[in-house]
Amino acid sequence: MEIIIESLPRLLGGAVVTLEITFLSVLLGFVLAIPLAVMRVSRLRCLWMPVYAFTFYFRGTPLLVQIFLIYYGSGQFQVFLDSVGLWHLFKSPWFCSVLALTLNTAAYSAEIFRGGIQGVPRGEVEAARACGMSGILLYRRIVIPKALRIAWPAYTNEVIFLLQASSLVSIITVMDITGVAREISARSFAFYELFLAAAAIYLVLVYGILWIFKRIENRINAYLQVGQH
Amino acid sequence: MSFFDLHGYGWLLLQGAKLTLYVGICSMVLAMGLGLLGVLCKFSRSSLVRFAADTYTTVIRGIPELILILLVYYGVPTLIQDVTAKLGQPVYVSFDPFVAGVATIGFIYGAFSTEVFRGAYLAVPRGQVEAARACGMSRSLTFRRVVLPQMMRFALPGLGNVWMVLIKATALISVIQLPELMRNADIAARATREPFTFFFAASLIYLFITIGSNLVQQWAEKRASRGIITD
Repeated sequence: MEIIIESLPRLLGGAVVTLEITFLSVLLGFVLAIPLAVMRVSRLRCLWMPVYAFTFYFRGTPLLVQIFLIYYGSGQFQVFLDSVGLWHLFKSPWFCSVLALTLNTAAYSAEIFRGGIQGVPRGEVEAARACGMSGILLYRRIVIPKALRIAWPAYTNEVIFLLQASSLVSIITVMDITGVAREISARSFAFYELFLAAAAIYLVLVYGILWIFKRIENRINAYLQVGQH
Repeated sequence: MSFFDLHGYGWLLLQGAKLTLYVGICSMVLAMGLGLLGVLCKFSRSSLVRFAADTYTTVIRGIPELILILLVYYGVPTLIQDVTAKLGQPVYVSFDPFVAGVATIGFIYGAFSTEVFRGAYLAVPRGQVEAARACGMSRSLTFRRVVLPQMMRFALPGLGNVWMVLIKATALISVIQLPELMRNADIAARATREPFTFFFAASLIYLFITIGSNLVQQWAEKRASRGIITD
């Protein structure tokens, strides 16, 4: 028990790293996923085929492989990356973690948002077109907001999965919650104490994020609730 | 053959893939068993049993797989050691990575398949259960003859998803040195200093497993809904 209290500050420091990496990847992944989803529903082959290939690869392979491919795999191209001045980025486990998680969540989220876009009622799109909207305006004002509302519960699950998946970055030496727990337990042999403490912190984070996303869901659907204030 | 040979490490990858599939199938069987047990508990008449099942699914789904794998592989033996030492007779145990891996992955995805089976159970029309009960079947006979066969059909798409996530999660067992696909790719990558080549090759094997599983799932779903009239 003592060891848990002793290492609590470091575990909480790890929690900050976990949240940082998750938040950045979710944000960047979201920004990437929206255009990817729009491209995915396009009828133009040159638009949807690359997105299909991207999501197929990233959803069909384990995240651990993707992290290793980017972090260790980039070493095989060190000379090239050095010549374009990117090597100092790929040398950093933190950067590779965020990159791998971003691409991974972008692939999953793009598929979720695609489902949302396809779930937008045709009548709304027709009405918007009748009002003279088209192209980007139509997507910005009508399709994307509606698609996000439809996709939100599934997207919440994806964010929770990403938070848990971020524990894998400890394998490439990032000191997140799992990384800190592994390091301290390896030195002190207090394995179950530390991993249980780490599990508890993850549980708190998961249910905290669930609560926040539920609040957002209620907010974006507020116009549907009649007289509930 | 030189392309598949990969400096002589191609076979190592294929051996790893075999173990990955083996681990995956064993864990899936365990997960489905736990899922059925879990769903029976979720609809149990005892509120204590229901509470236990709810705790199982909510807690397990909130903790990363990696933490649970490390907890089982490193934590449980030390816990047993500490407890038995307190009782005056220390017992030293260590887990085989295969057993620890299958147990943990099966235990985690047991929680997910419990939820899948729960949805499937609710999808079976209540009238049929009532009819079976009216014909004099006991609760367990009704479950075996009427509910279970239909549940399986509703559960197939969800179980397919669980399998897809599960087979990718087996890559994490490489952390406890089980020589499955990921671990062997790592060994080959270190030996040849060509990490990209080997991790990419490994990713293609995983992709191949995913595609194969997809085909099997489609076939199984089609087969399970023979004779079902839609619309």
